Amino acid sequence: MTAPLLEVTGVGKRFGRLTVLDDVSLSVAPGEAFGIVGPNGAGKSTLLNVVNGVLSPDAGTVRLDGADVTRSGAAARCRAGIGRSYQVPRPFGGMTVFENALVAASFGTGARGRAAAEGAWRALETAGLTGVADTPAGALRLLDRKRLELARALATGPRLVLLDEIAGGLTEAEVPALVETVRDLGRQGVAVVWIEHVVHALVAVVTRLMCLTYGRVLAVGEPRAVLADPQVVEVYLGSTIGTDDPVVEGTP
Amino acid sequence: MTQLDAPRTAAGTGSVPRVRRGGRAAWAGGAGLVAVVAVLGYLPYLVSRGTQVDLVGLFALVVLGTMWNLLAGYGGMVSIGQQAYIGIGGYGLVYLAETVGVDPFLSVPVAALVCALVAWPTSYLAFRLSGGYFAIGTWVIAEVVRLLVTQVDAVGAGSGASLTAFSGIEPLYRIAFVYWMSLGIAVVVVVGVYLLMRSRLGLALTAIRDDPTAASSAGVRVTRAKRLVYVVAAAGCGLAGAMIVANTLRVQPGSIFSVDYAAIMVFVVVIGGIGTIEGPVLGALVFYLLQDSLADLGNWYLVVVGGVAIAVTLLAPRGLWGLTRGRVELFPTGYRVAVRR
Ligand SMILES: Nc1ncnc2c1ncn2[C@@H]1O[C@H](COP(=O)(O)OP(=O)(O)OP(=O)(O)O)[C@@H](O)[C@H]1O
Ligand SMILES: [Mg+2]
Repeated sequence: MTAPLLEVTGVGKRFGRLTVLDDVSLSVAPGEAFGIVGPNGAGKSTLLNVVNGVLSPDAGTVRLDGADVTRSGAAARCRAGIGRSYQVPRPFGGMTVFENALVAASFGTGARGRAAAEGAWRALETAGLTGVADTPAGALRLLDRKRLELARALATGPRLVLLDEIAGGLTEAEVPALVETVRDLGRQGVAVVWIEHVVHALVAVVTRLMCLTYGRVLAVGEPRAVLADPQVVEVYLGSTIGTDDPVVEGTP
Repeated sequence: MTQLDAPRTAAGTGSVPRVRRGGRAAWAGGAGLVAVVAVLGYLPYLVSRGTQVDLVGLFALVVLGTMWNLLAGYGGMVSIGQQAYIGIGGYGLVYLAETVGVDPFLSVPVAALVCALVAWPTSYLAFRLSGGYFAIGTWVIAEVVRLLVTQVDAVGAGSGASLTAFSGIEPLYRIAFVYWMSLGIAVVVVVGVYLLMRSRLGLALTAIRDDPTAASSAGVRVTRAKRLVYVVAAAGCGLAGAMIVANTLRVQPGSIFSVDYAAIMVFVVVIGGIGTIEGPVLGALVFYLLQDSLADLGNWYLVVVGGVAIAVTLLAPRGLWGLTRGRVELFPTGYRVAVRR
């Protein structure tokens, strides 16, 4: 077995009296795609915040490639290889789409000049945003903002990409392209942690799936086995929705 | 290590289009700047000494506005305590020129350097606070600096001191020299900020301006960039303080450390257009003209200034320069890609 790229051990996080993460552990191998599902408010996004360093946990450790990064900031972790997309997009609104990606390519990889521009452009190509490269990011529609989140995460030259609900709002025809993009990352040795309510998209790519509820790991393992778990069905999927749930979902 | 550095074979492998940095606008802006500076540089041969002394006040406003814009507009640091560095710059000039005996013109940049040296450790204190607490904290720091300076007998303690180091120079020349120095400083500060914003650091600062969390998640070292900005802004405000004292030949703790400067800087930047390089220059000009034409109104002048501020924020929320809606750019800092569609 290969050494894990990401290793989260016993992570806890509270906001005041609300416990949002409680003893969460997971590990992701290089090039592996790891899925996370769970009901709203389960703490999925908070887990990504702890992994990429936007929040520091109250307990537990985060290791990247064996190094303890629990105390390092988000910028350092990005430079070390963690790219992140946000569920609620956070574009640099006053900058163009290309400039958004250029920031990620310049500071995520340390590239300069032509190399940075090339990295940014490739990320825009992958995300399908080259047509709006010169558009101010603040003027984008929600769907393009989500694409920009993906582009920025990829432009940082990651070894691990954290994706937070990027399929919500995509049309049925667009989902396979996104799935292909994520598979492509795996082929290039980039690991992915993907939170998604569009479960069938997730199942198409991930090798392991985790279900989080109330900040605790309810189940983790082979995707179909996790989705068939009666507890998971009860808290998350409900009794009627299976893996063929509607593709187009409203995003909160 | 970084896998994506290898050429990706995903959709569309067309090569990267040319990246343009607003060449034509930059040349036009540069030519315009040279013309304006040439005219202003020739003014001492044409206008009275009083006008030159007045215009130094305008140049100080340009420097202060540009620095506050760098702090608040790009770094997201709403400081209402930059008068700490205006004061250190002004007092630094007096102390260096009078007590130490350094050439007064040389003392001006040295005083600015002192401001930078003070700002570096101070930033570690100030950066422990954020938002409104940061603003109040900077004001408190400015008050502490003022109280400390009033303990120093060498610079006249509570009553202030005069700058006599220029007395060897005939007033006609002295005023012109101070005018040219101030014009030079204003140009260096504005062009310096322009070049800074075109640089890699500028890219980071623009991202920080729009979303600091997203910037840090994309690898931008936010605190480091902010600290650099804080130190540069301190040096710039120090230059303005030294200019003001070189112009009036007098420094007093009550006026050079006045919180009025904070209000003026906010006005200049908000009226002109925050987050742009052109805005603060325009705002400085507007404030200067208001100040000049309303001088006879006494305290009513403040009412008019306040009214203008309210009107502009309501009618042009992005400041006067914002009315151009990005169609006019004298100092382009962006990156455009020539996409053929
Ligand atoms: N910064 C914060 N301060 C206080 N509470 C927070 C903060 N961030 C998240 N929470 C709370 O923590 C809980 C978990 O939030 P989180 O965003 O991680 O859930 P999630 O699993 O991503 O849900 P969703 O599927 O709706 O995106 C929620 O109850 C949320 O209100
Ligand atoms: Mg979430």
